[in-house]
Amino acid sequence: MFESLTDKLEGVFKRLKGRGLLKEEDVAAAMKEVRMALLEADVNFRAVKAFVEKVKERAVGKEVLESLTPGQQVVKVVRDELVSLMGDVHKGIRLAPNPPTVIMVIGLQGSGKTTSVAKMAMTFRKEGRRPMLVAADTQRPAAITQLQSLGKTVGVPVHATQEKDDPVRICRDAVTRARNEAHDIVILDTAGRLQIDTDLMNQLKEIRRDVSPHEVLLVADAMTGQEAVNIAETFDKEIGIDGVILTKMDGDARGGAALSITWVTGKPVKFIGVGEKLDPLEAFHPDRVASRILGMGDVLSLIEKAQEAVEEKEALELEEKLLSDSFSLEDLRDQMRQIRKMGPLQGLLGMVPGLGSKLKDVNVDEGQLRRVEAIINSMTPLERRNHAIIKGSRRRRIADGSGVTIADVNRLLKQYIQMRKMMKRFTGMKGKRFPGLPRFM
Amino acid sequence: MAFFDRLKAGLSKTRNGLVHRASSLFSSPINEATLEELEEILILSDVGPACAGDIVSSIRSRQSRGSVNDLRTALKQEILKRVTGESGLLRVDTPFVIMVVGVNGVGKTTSIGKLARKYHDEGLQVTLAAGDTFRAAAIEQLEIWAQRTQAQFVKHQHGADPAAVAYDAVMSAQARKSDVVIVDTAGRLHTKSNLMEELKKIHRVLGKAMPHAPHEVLLVLDATTGQNGLQQAKVFHQAIGLTGIVLTKLDGSAKGGIVLAIREELKLPVKLVGVGEGMDDLQDFVPEDFVEALFQES
Ligand SMILES: Nc1nc2c(ncn2[C@@H]2O[C@H](COP(=O)(O)OP(=O)(O)OP(=O)(O)O)[C@@H](O)[C@H]2O)c(=O)[nH]1
Ligand SMILES: [Mg+2]
Repeated sequence: MFESLTDKLEGVFKRLKGRGLLKEEDVAAAMKEVRMALLEADVNFRAVKAFVEKVKERAVGKEVLESLTPGQQVVKVVRDELVSLMGDVHKGIRLAPNPPTVIMVIGLQGSGKTTSVAKMAMTFRKEGRRPMLVAADTQRPAAITQLQSLGKTVGVPVHATQEKDDPVRICRDAVTRARNEAHDIVILDTAGRLQIDTDLMNQLKEIRRDVSPHEVLLVADAMTGQEAVNIAETFDKEIGIDGVILTKMDGDARGGAALSITWVTGKPVKFIGVGEKLDPLEAFHPDRVASRILGMGDVLSLIEKAQEAVEEKEALELEEKLLSDSFSLEDLRDQMRQIRKMGPLQGLLGMVPGLGSKLKDVNVDEGQLRRVEAIINSMTPLERRNHAIIKGSRRRRIADGSGVTIADVNRLLKQYIQMRKMMKRFTGMKGKRFPGLPRFM
Repeated sequence: MAFFDRLKAGLSKTRNGLVHRASSLFSSPINEATLEELEEILILSDVGPACAGDIVSSIRSRQSRGSVNDLRTALKQEILKRVTGESGLLRVDTPFVIMVVGVNGVGKTTSIGKLARKYHDEGLQVTLAAGDTFRAAAIEQLEIWAQRTQAQFVKHQHGADPAAVAYDAVMSAQARKSDVVIVDTAGRLHTKSNLMEELKKIHRVLGKAMPHAPHEVLLVLDATTGQNGLQQAKVFHQAIGLTGIVLTKLDGSAKGGIVLAIREELKLPVKLVGVGEGMDDLQDFVPEDFVEALFQES
């Protein structure tokens, strides 16, 4: 894991005594670290160069705010500049005044177009609109079948023909059909292609000319490296794009491509994709991605994620249980599942500012969480509700059943008992909903 | 077309001007400015700032020792040192079992199709295992490749246990005297621990179906991937023990420089490269060509 930029900058500024204005030489030293952080995050080399120059100018002579250290002050300037570069506010899709709105989705092979169009279609359908999907990828084997299957899942009709048909023709027919069948949105899923493939780029131009889409969206993978600039620039110049969908943001890529793309095209990232499941695309929040690019953690996302995963009602129930001292091993398992639902733990903890760097050496072993769950799974319902009955032979059976040693089972039980004790102490404190989990095993 | 020519063809289409820069760079004397430019070229190839800095400082110190008279040669040596490794696949047993893994959309299934074609051309009998039981139409996609390459095809239902598919494929290959088994797996982000567990299970079950299987565990990496590629390689390697990298989409303008860092840190060699979407667009990795492509003059 990367040392957080703030930590590094604190190092740079250590010798800077007191407050006052940021001096040129200090800013220059700080910018070296900023540059490294941005390059590590895959922001394009030339974008970094331009960006660093600009920020240097802004930062020199700036007064260090009372509440900040010089390092934090520089990070703040950097971050604010990143946010304003990536566009301050979220921009959605503009619908055509006269339906159907035609949305054309383009991008490299494997960038995530098909999943993204299915997610979009589902969102529109839930909003009460009547979208139609169009299978214009006649290139990749079974691409049409894939879209048809996704269409079925999200309950949206798919316009599909033979693989040997011309994609231009397919798109044209689809728009006509949409008009006849009163669909108000048409989403074209085109084949993936390299931006340097002249023939296939010409095909896209032709589709664009033919159906005059209201919105052209480029799908790009969050893991993309330095090439993001060439890809976005070429698709924008040749076809013209209105915005970008940045996919696979549920991984741990820092997502510097977001900055590279907006820097080179001036077009906003509109949505992000955060999973293979057909959940809606999420809005792109420049402030959060700026923090992510800088490796500064992302509190906002963390809070939101936690809120989603832990239903309010369940939280109340849990509180109830804690108060009445009936927190069973079953509840423990539920709670651990909730935590796992929030995503990879390491990534999650990394989102907490200040914690990122401290966590470098702490290995959050999700295997352990799973092991705990496996042990509890191997207990009978009765045992889970009344841990007191779990004695010698039962412990052996549980250990065998979950593939761990008896010592592991003993340790879990001991920690569970400790945890209950600790919780008891918390129950006096109203309003404190979640006691922290002790370290298991 | 050979790998090198394809790369050349691809590169000549790029418009990023790198190519011209590199040639002028090689003809000018080595000084701080040229070294800085060199760093830029390396970073733009996704080598990463740390590794690029490393290469540049090796060259700087070689030069101060007076052992550099040609920047081009020195640079090639430095990079070659960092990518050379065993290339291609060596069939060590029959059936020879290959497991293919990677994040979503990198080109696993396509690479499997191309590999099947290669073995078919060598007169070998191939069995493909539809281990991606998750993504819509993934089974159908691989089935089309099996038809194209006249491979045997083993599949279960959508949603079935991929480890069971893998197991059956090895059994079926043994019964039918197939020479090679290639197991496709669903694309997965390395950060999803439950999916990484699933991979471990597939790996384990293959070992039960046949001692020492899988003989190759290949991570497919998209050449457009940036610094996250190293993290991918680390986590997959830690989970199931990789034997090599397949670097795909080199027909684009991306260079795949992250493999240098992967080789450096994990000692994992690139074994194969993908240079297109067609059946024949798979080649053994040639380090010299790779380096040449980074600094292509054309
Ligand atoms: N240009 C080019 N495209 C490639 C190459 N290898 C694969 N592709 C394309 O990349 C896209 C994704 O390839 P797949 O083989 O489906 O990738 P995958 O890793 O199996 O994808 P999932 O199973 O969905 O994770 C397809 O459109 C392929 O044709 C290559 O070497 N060059
Ligand atoms: Mg696949």
